[in-house]
Amino acid sequence: MSAVSAGPAAAPAPAAARIRARGARWYRQPTLVAGLVLLAIILFMCYGAPLLTSFNPDTQNLLEPLVGVGRQGHLLGTDQEGRDTWARLLYGGQVDLRVAGLAVLFPFILGIIVGSLAGYFGGWVDAIIMRIVDIVVAFPFFVLVIALVFVLGTGEKSIYIAITAVGWVSYARITRGEITVAKRQEYVLAAQSGGLSSVRIITRHLLPNVITQSIVYAMSDIVQDILAIVTLSYLGLGIQPPTPDWGTMIATGQNFLTTQWWLTTIPGLAVVITGVALSLIGDGLADLLRPAAS
Amino acid sequence: MSGPLQLEVSDLRVEIASHRGVVCPIDGVSLEIAPGEAVGLVGESGSGKSMTLKSILGLLPPDAKVTSGSVVFDGSDLTRMPHSQLNRVRGRRIGMIFQEPMSALNPVMRVGNQIAEGPRVHLGMTRTQSVERAMDLMRRVGIPEPERRFRAYPHEFSGGMRQRVMIAMALSCDPELILCDEPTTALDVTIQDQILRLLAQLCQESGTSLMFVTHDLPVVAQVCHKVAVMYAGRIVERGTVQEVFTRPMHPYTLGLLRSAPDVDHPGHSLEPIPGSPPSLASPPSGCRFHPRCQFAEDDCKVIDPPLRLIEGDRATACLHYERTLDEIGADT
Repeated sequence: MSAVSAGPAAAPAPAAARIRARGARWYRQPTLVAGLVLLAIILFMCYGAPLLTSFNPDTQNLLEPLVGVGRQGHLLGTDQEGRDTWARLLYGGQVDLRVAGLAVLFPFILGIIVGSLAGYFGGWVDAIIMRIVDIVVAFPFFVLVIALVFVLGTGEKSIYIAITAVGWVSYARITRGEITVAKRQEYVLAAQSGGLSSVRIITRHLLPNVITQSIVYAMSDIVQDILAIVTLSYLGLGIQPPTPDWGTMIATGQNFLTTQWWLTTIPGLAVVITGVALSLIGDGLADLLRPAAS
Repeated sequence: MSGPLQLEVSDLRVEIASHRGVVCPIDGVSLEIAPGEAVGLVGESGSGKSMTLKSILGLLPPDAKVTSGSVVFDGSDLTRMPHSQLNRVRGRRIGMIFQEPMSALNPVMRVGNQIAEGPRVHLGMTRTQSVERAMDLMRRVGIPEPERRFRAYPHEFSGGMRQRVMIAMALSCDPELILCDEPTTALDVTIQDQILRLLAQLCQESGTSLMFVTHDLPVVAQVCHKVAVMYAGRIVERGTVQEVFTRPMHPYTLGLLRSAPDVDHPGHSLEPIPGSPPSLASPPSGCRFHPRCQFAEDDCKVIDPPLRLIEGDRATACLHYERTLDEIGADT
């Protein structure tokens, strides 16, 4: 690490001051900036795919299967059915990123709602919810997701349901812990003395104070979700052909690993680079929002 | 003062179940406030004065329970009111001001929105109306440039300005009563005076009654008409500020008065009250003050004295209150 951000020694400031002061210089966080730039490039390439390739990702050309790199106008050659690999890579990214984004959003929302209720009300509500959380956590993530998709049937909707059903527990735990602490603050008592409803106190007063932890976690969670989606597709349980997707590309390409190694390696690299970009953003955000270290 | 009472706390008892048995921080407290009146509640730390205030609005910590007594506000008992109904009293008809304005304000919410929230929730105002009202309130409590300050966060304000925000929040729905929990304790003395004057003036203008909890006797003298003195979860003396401060009828009140500094007699040495407040888990027998009392007799150790009316609305819980009066007489 050559670039170390050496900000001025900050006096102990209230949390909000810290967030605002640091928010004003987020661009000085090298990790965060690197991650954001990388992600911006990936998003541009995927969603700007029509600008970067003239091929349709689904058009088969059985006369030109397994064309080599750079031959006949195909930047990365073609697959066994003569489809342009570069086009499939870009359009496949659209699908994977969209599914991953939504697959992190649903458990995020569900987990925060459930965790807030458990943390704020405590008592038996908390006891029941946290026991359910314990049960879900006891299963390995991938095993439960794969089992659920297997039961629900393949396709995008099953992925959302399966990942939501398994993923919400982390957000519930984080939010519950944060709210359990935050609800003892005097501003919550003040809000109660103002006659505000519990829903309003949770949504307007508590969540804005505690949600950052969940957002940071979501950044690392989305990496796991991309891996899960690609894995499911690789196993034939996720995105179904002919819709392009990185997992399916890796799976079909591996038959030609000895001669056309890039068919598997390039989408694999795409997964890795996307994962790195999101991890960098997660780390950068965590650094940005962490209380000033002495 | 006569006429209908605005708030009547009768024989309130609060218990906390702890692992060492039941502790009773409030043991049979009775208080009344008439419309437009300012009542002070004074006592040492741990005497139960803040707890009394919190129990009025049902803001006790989860392990504390009101076990008997009532808090009657406008004909209905707040301690037995369903939560939804209580929320229409809180903030709307009874406002509250806290000791630490920094921690009592939400750190990530703009102060203007915090002031505007009450009117939006309780008075059904639109966003524009409530913003208008918040700016108006900020002007009334003396926050300069409300248009600009509206969008500021609490940490951008000084302690005195934050307490002005709290006052604006408490006043935002034109309540009939404001409860103050040591609102000036966290402030500089010079700011204290400004805030007290502001509070007293605003309450007088709008006819709002005030219940003022503090351990600072001069503050009570400045703001309140009546005062109740609390010791170990009970009220030991009650009366008008003038009466209680010049002719105390309880040795504890005398002790409090003598241990407070007096600008007019700077040479006067302060006399602390010997000993420390009793444990609430096992209060002393008889009068709870007797182990620290200079006038204690044998009967004080046995008889648990009730608060009894002496003249008008003067009341004391001392068996031998004449001695305190004699002591004052001998002093002057």
